[in-house]
Amino acid sequence: MLDQLNGLEKTALDELHSLASMEALEAWRLAYLGRKGSLTSVLRSLGKLPPEQRPAAGRETNRVKLALEQAYGEQAAALKREQTLRQLSQEQIDVTLPGRPVEPGYLHVSTQTLCEIYAIFAAMGFQVVETPEVETDNNNFQLLNIPPYHPARDMWSTFHTTREGVLLRTHTSPGQIRVMRQYCPEPIRVILPGKCYRYEQVTARHESMFYQVEGLAVGRHVTMGDLKGVLTHFARQMFGANRKVRFRCSYFPFTEPSAEMDMDCIICGGKGCRVCEHTGWLEILGSGMVHPQVLKNGGYDPAVYSGFAFGMGPERIAMLKHGIEHIRYFFANDLRFLQQFA
Amino acid sequence: MRVPLSWLKEYVDIVLPVPELAERMTLAGLEVESTKRIGAEWGRDKIVVGEIVEVRPHPNADRLTIAVVDHGASEPEAVVTGAANIKIGDHGQKVAFARTGARLIDGYSEERRYVKLKPTKIRGVRSAGMVCSEKELGLSDEHEGILILDDDAPVGVPLQDYLGDTVLDIDLTPNLGRCLSIIGVAREVAALTGQPLKLPEPTMKAGGAPIAGQIELEIADPDLCSRYSAALIKGVKVGPSPLWMQQRLRAAGMRSINNIVDITNYVMLEWGQPLHAFDYDRLRGRGDGDNPVIIVRRARPGERITTLDGVERQLESEMLLITDGGGPVAIAGVMGGLETEIGLSATNVLLESANFNNLNNRRTSELLKLPSEASLRFGRGLPPETTVIAARRASEYMRQLAGGVIADGIADAYPVKPAAKTIALAAAEAERLLGIKLSRQRIVEILESLGFTCEPGKRAAPIHVTVPYYRLDVEIAADLVEEVARIYGYDEIPDTLLRDELPPQRRNLALEGEQRVRALLVGSGLAEVITYSLTNLQSVAKLDPTQEAVDAANYIRLANPLTSEREYMRRTLMNSLLETLRDNLRFNDRVDIFEIARVYLPQPDQELPDEPRRLGIAMSGPRHDAHWTGASDETLDFYDLKGVVETLLDRLRVGDCTFAPTEHPTFQNGRAATVSVGGTEIGVLGEVHPLVRENFDLPEQRVCLLEIDLEALLAQVPSVYYYQAVSRFPAAVRDLALIVEESVPAVQVRDAMAKAGGKLLQKVELFDVYRGEQIPPGKKSLAYTLTYQAVDRTLTDEEVNRLQTRLQKKLERELGAQLRA
Ligand SMILES: [Zn+2]
Repeated sequence: MLDQLNGLEKTALDELHSLASMEALEAWRLAYLGRKGSLTSVLRSLGKLPPEQRPAAGRETNRVKLALEQAYGEQAAALKREQTLRQLSQEQIDVTLPGRPVEPGYLHVSTQTLCEIYAIFAAMGFQVVETPEVETDNNNFQLLNIPPYHPARDMWSTFHTTREGVLLRTHTSPGQIRVMRQYCPEPIRVILPGKCYRYEQVTARHESMFYQVEGLAVGRHVTMGDLKGVLTHFARQMFGANRKVRFRCSYFPFTEPSAEMDMDCIICGGKGCRVCEHTGWLEILGSGMVHPQVLKNGGYDPAVYSGFAFGMGPERIAMLKHGIEHIRYFFANDLRFLQQFA
Repeated sequence: MRVPLSWLKEYVDIVLPVPELAERMTLAGLEVESTKRIGAEWGRDKIVVGEIVEVRPHPNADRLTIAVVDHGASEPEAVVTGAANIKIGDHGQKVAFARTGARLIDGYSEERRYVKLKPTKIRGVRSAGMVCSEKELGLSDEHEGILILDDDAPVGVPLQDYLGDTVLDIDLTPNLGRCLSIIGVAREVAALTGQPLKLPEPTMKAGGAPIAGQIELEIADPDLCSRYSAALIKGVKVGPSPLWMQQRLRAAGMRSINNIVDITNYVMLEWGQPLHAFDYDRLRGRGDGDNPVIIVRRARPGERITTLDGVERQLESEMLLITDGGGPVAIAGVMGGLETEIGLSATNVLLESANFNNLNNRRTSELLKLPSEASLRFGRGLPPETTVIAARRASEYMRQLAGGVIADGIADAYPVKPAAKTIALAAAEAERLLGIKLSRQRIVEILESLGFTCEPGKRAAPIHVTVPYYRLDVEIAADLVEEVARIYGYDEIPDTLLRDELPPQRRNLALEGEQRVRALLVGSGLAEVITYSLTNLQSVAKLDPTQEAVDAANYIRLANPLTSEREYMRRTLMNSLLETLRDNLRFNDRVDIFEIARVYLPQPDQELPDEPRRLGIAMSGPRHDAHWTGASDETLDFYDLKGVVETLLDRLRVGDCTFAPTEHPTFQNGRAATVSVGGTEIGVLGEVHPLVRENFDLPEQRVCLLEIDLEALLAQVPSVYYYQAVSRFPAAVRDLALIVEESVPAVQVRDAMAKAGGKLLQKVELFDVYRGEQIPPGKKSLAYTLTYQAVDRTLTDEEVNRLQTRLQKKLERELGAQLRA
């Protein structure tokens, strides 16, 4: 009996060490340790032994069983390790193949530029207010000191609607009147973004539809120094801390004094190039101190209140920032263009 | 406005280099757009003033002559020329002489092509040099004859020194009407550079009888004509004007016509005052034998006039006319009449120098579409004071350059001379608006340099400023502050950041909501587009194949569209999105786009339309991009779009969203739905009808389209919402497959489950829809995963089984749902 057990142990271990697959290992387990396995049948035959031999035989059988089980465990682990290594070596990939594309969406470049403008002005206490695009002649012109046939009307080619006195706003400036009338007598700091329309053939810089962002600050101590400070800050936030700006006298019927803000050309650094028309300067925005009559039209006493206003084109700003040479790209909506600003 | 520097220098010394001057002017509001040098390309030693000493015949050609020219060298040069304006026997003419090696423009070439002058033989005669035409010098296209200089031109002097000039092209804003003249610009330059202004004395040497007895003036409508002055010059000889005058006119951008017209233009450019010359002999009196009369009045109904350009024009009542005893002779300040035009044989000139209302003048020239140099100036507004100055100035030139005799005096109708404007300017006002302390003395200094007169007053008293007559643009104290600031220099004002009280800060929820929607859609993989607000009704009509046309009455329509493509303000984003989709599908397999924009809805009781915002989405193409890891040929369909919308609505936390089947002409029947939130229908989505697809030239593949009312959607977004407790206890998951009638929409089954399952039913997920084998015809199988979970305990099997059974029974009762074996 004991010899038989030892023989079994030896054969089993020899066999086990030569096994190379998990399947063979499982067959081995069934053959020796399984319910119908060799060791089990040895265990079953224990009962046939004389009673005095049983304890020793039992102990021996258990020892063999444990030894086989342990060996099995070790062999299983070794095989498993081997198998994993084999598998890993088969799973090598070409890391230079392109990855699976993720296709996130993106905002239109004009929207992105508007958001940048909002953020810069929000930090200075300017809030966004939106006003109608279809406007009255009164708001768009007359309350801004531009009566019918006034020479300044030449500055804005206008789309008129078939309804007398109703037009598509040519600038966001009518929003000044609306905001002042809404908030008077509170102090005001707002920016007024939105679409504007001009009766103009498309050229590199002009579109019949475009965005504009108007700004308006009204209070008891608002000065031209503030106008310069705020707008200079804006230019540097938008285009870089080292930008130079200059303010030159200009004319808008609804501001007095009026000023145009130029910035040193970001293409040539002021030396003169095609983009800056060889002046070294780029026009960025128009501005001025709100005309006393316009303050009055908005409900504010010009002897007590003063204010400044400005207007800029986000498309122009985006064109300068990204070197876009023609405004027509903006509303042509070619995704091959828009995607570049994703 | 083009300003030749040589001309400007007559009235003010130029002490700055040109680029610096241009910058100073630009910063002060006179934007110098460009600086052009006339004659810059003329070689100084190559092109000089010459004098013709002899003209001889060419031995071998009748059409050619040989001109012997003294050009300041030791020997005169004989050159062959074909010029029509010199003939055999001529001598003494001053010409532009080009020596060998000069660079000139090829006179025979269509384009501006430079050639280098070489000695040649022309029909056997050697010619080393050339007498130049205007075209060859680049002055004009004139190439018939050569340029004949004025008699006083100094021989041998570089032509550049004699004829060369620098021209500043100034872009003038509408308020700078006063700078539409050389003198106006000179006033600015004088103030900017601290130089004195040297104005020409408007003296005139009269030699004729008093004008008073020879013309009668009447202003019938003084509201439109504040002054009418006239001079009479008799015995003029119409002919060419001298070269110096032609040259200046040309440099300023005007063509030379004849001496009379040139003089009126020259004086207009000098003083800004437009002039008009009538043939005095054609002006009629009130009656036969009466002196000619000028009556300035509004047009009468039905009146007509044939203008200088030969066009007969219908006049309307607000147009101002110059009439004589017989009828209209000119449209005031716009264009003269053909009948009284100065012809070549005219001898007596009545010179009009008048002041017309600027708005009325603009209106008339706009209505008649007759812009001119005169109406440009009248339209911007002119001071009445210059009429007499300009009349005297022009009369004197007509005496000198056209041999006329000036009648004594100027006829002058000037009903009401306006008082000089005075403005009280508190010194503190400049500080209040500019934010910089300026001394009273500095303010006065600046204003006086611009021609204002100031009574400084003392201490706190305001400065009393009298506005010079030519500053029509200055009316209030703020205008004076601008004058002070621009001469002082805007750049000298220190930058400050608002120290004023911060206004109440209010959120803009409408914008925030819009931005949130944008971000969510971008997160869903959509690209934003911005299309035109203006559209055309043909494009809109493509959305509805069941109807012929769109009712234009519902639209805001432009009175002056640029093109018929963009004539109406849109009421939907759909057609623009489909067009954008189509354009992009040419270059992309798959396109997912959205737009948030206003639509324009006229309201019966409002002057202005409502402008609510809409959200539009369009999607088409393969669901997965072709990729080496394996492609799928599935295309986007209704459920892809619906998924985007569901995600959007879910993330906006609007409750109670329903999709209901709908019929809509734009969409394929049975593949379209309305979407409602909180019981309000907010929009429609679906797969575009094949006919609509065809209308828009879209490819034959499914196209998903949506439009919703963003205002209605955002109105449903809650400002607060509550979280749900996360359970620590395990969930029980049960699958359930049900067979229902085909007509039962899935949403009904889901809603019934949610209701029957109660609070413990956390999640219902549909994972399979099946029709076919084992399912009776007309029915479908819906398979769900149900998740039960409690916040406070582990649910027992028993409990879950009970809930599941109850739910199953309820579905059977309400929807006839059978458990699928
Ligand atoms: Zn540049």
